[in-house]
Amino acid sequence: MYSEKVMDHFRNPRNVGAISDADGIGEVGNPRCGDIMKVYIKVKDNIIEDVKYETYGCASAIASSSIASELIKGKTVEEAWDITNKAVAEALDGLPPMKMHCSVLAEEAIHKAINDYRKANNLEPWKERTHAEVIKDHQCNN
Amino acid sequence: MKRSIYMDYAATTFVRQDVLDEMLPYFKDNFGNPSSLYSFSEVNKSVIKLARQRIARVINSDENEIYFTSGGSESDNWAIKGIAFANRAKGNHIITSQIEHHAILNASKFLERNGFSVTYLPVDSDGFINIEDLKNAITEKTILVSIMFANNEIGTIEPISEIGKICREKGIYFHTDAVQAVGHLPIDVKSMNIDLLSMSGHKFYGPKGVGVLYIRKGVKIDNLIDGGAQERGKRASTENVSGIVGLGKAIEIAGEELDFEINRLKALRDKIIDGILNKVPNARLNGPRGDNRLPNNVNISFVGVEGETLLFDLDDAGVFVSTGSACASGSLEPSHVLLSIGLSHEVAHGSVRMTLGLNTTEEDVDYVIDVLPKIVERRRAMSPLWSQILDREEKISCTVRK
Repeated sequence: MYSEKVMDHFRNPRNVGAISDADGIGEVGNPRCGDIMKVYIKVKDNIIEDVKYETYGCASAIASSSIASELIKGKTVEEAWDITNKAVAEALDGLPPMKMHCSVLAEEAIHKAINDYRKANNLEPWKERTHAEVIKDHQCNN
Repeated sequence: MKRSIYMDYAATTFVRQDVLDEMLPYFKDNFGNPSSLYSFSEVNKSVIKLARQRIARVINSDENEIYFTSGGSESDNWAIKGIAFANRAKGNHIITSQIEHHAILNASKFLERNGFSVTYLPVDSDGFINIEDLKNAITEKTILVSIMFANNEIGTIEPISEIGKICREKGIYFHTDAVQAVGHLPIDVKSMNIDLLSMSGHKFYGPKGVGVLYIRKGVKIDNLIDGGAQERGKRASTENVSGIVGLGKAIEIAGEELDFEINRLKALRDKIIDGILNKVPNARLNGPRGDNRLPNNVNISFVGVEGETLLFDLDDAGVFVSTGSACASGSLEPSHVLLSIGLSHEVAHGSVRMTLGLNTTEEDVDYVIDVLPKIVERRRAMSPLWSQILDREEKISCTVRK
């Protein structure tokens, strides 16, 4: 049901863990819906120097956080912000329609972490897209 | 060689060799239509009769009370809709439970859209309906009670004899979806006062695409499939001869091996349950222990991890199981059965069902007890939900200590 790429990142997720002195942390999802993603970033000279995450969820949620961590590592904060859920799904060679929601969580977690970093540095937080704006057929509203 | 341990026998079983051998002649050599009059089709009539007799013997019915269908879902739909429409003049109320298979639940919803009212009885934390709830739900308009014999997800065996007795006393038809029970538990439709019973061939080592609805003589029921005069005019369509032969042979063997297999599987089942619960913290058995649980069913929740994750990790380890998590359901809601027994969403999402069968060995069980705890531990280590749960528990234990 999943692409080889999804299964690879699910089996061997990259960059798993927490950063104790993170510059920004973003947590999204909720246990009722069956997935939570928590992304930690370390920023130096406007570059995402390190990224780690902890993920609870199905195979596609774990794979989405893994590939997203690879996509943003070494990028500028602006470049990292512009990585959409679509880019995450494409990098995984696609996700089943029911699982697109997992890629949205990855985008949201990154945005939250970046805004957390911006607030800590007295910068205006950027405007985050809501889940419903990105994906319409998501049924878990709890 | 890569391991391949099938632990999803409740989903479907393989066809036993003895069963397949009996089926094969009816595809090519003896392909005649049982309804035809010439001698070539005689054998097709007689093997269907033999299958009916074999089934009747195992459930203690009369052979003329056995009707062949395309499977469990058709049998359930026929029972629910056929009884409802045939007995409409008497009443429009039906009683079932919240933990039925979707074939029952969705057929009931169809009836609700067509002028019937349906009571969905709740269940307790082990999945049992309460007999007092049933008595209280019965009204003068109740025409049918449909309660499953044993639950497909958590293995709970419902108090069928008690339900049957109440329904018979009140003159209400009693249907039971026995898809998970036939061939796995002793069944006696007479002593249990069962009026209608659904079964499916591929749950007891027969073929897919064939099932049975037992209808007690004298029960008033409408047809679901109209057409020719097959099945004494009650269920049209040219008989699935090879499938019927296979189902008949499969139930005969299951009947002969019943006691042996029940005891063997119970021991393996309890070994897995105890082995996993002893090794994994915060693991919860879903469904009851002991004799009121299907001998082949294990269902455990591992809070903090998603069931689909465990399913794919076990797949990599060569073990095939199923899960009640939302990820597997095609919706974002976890299993209705797990929610009905009172699990929170986060616990229900972490459930894994392992169902054992003919080829399950003690070595398989030991292997699962070895690999599953490691898989849970690895995935919990990267789960933010699991760290939240540990934090919560630490706070509770600190408060208790003070």
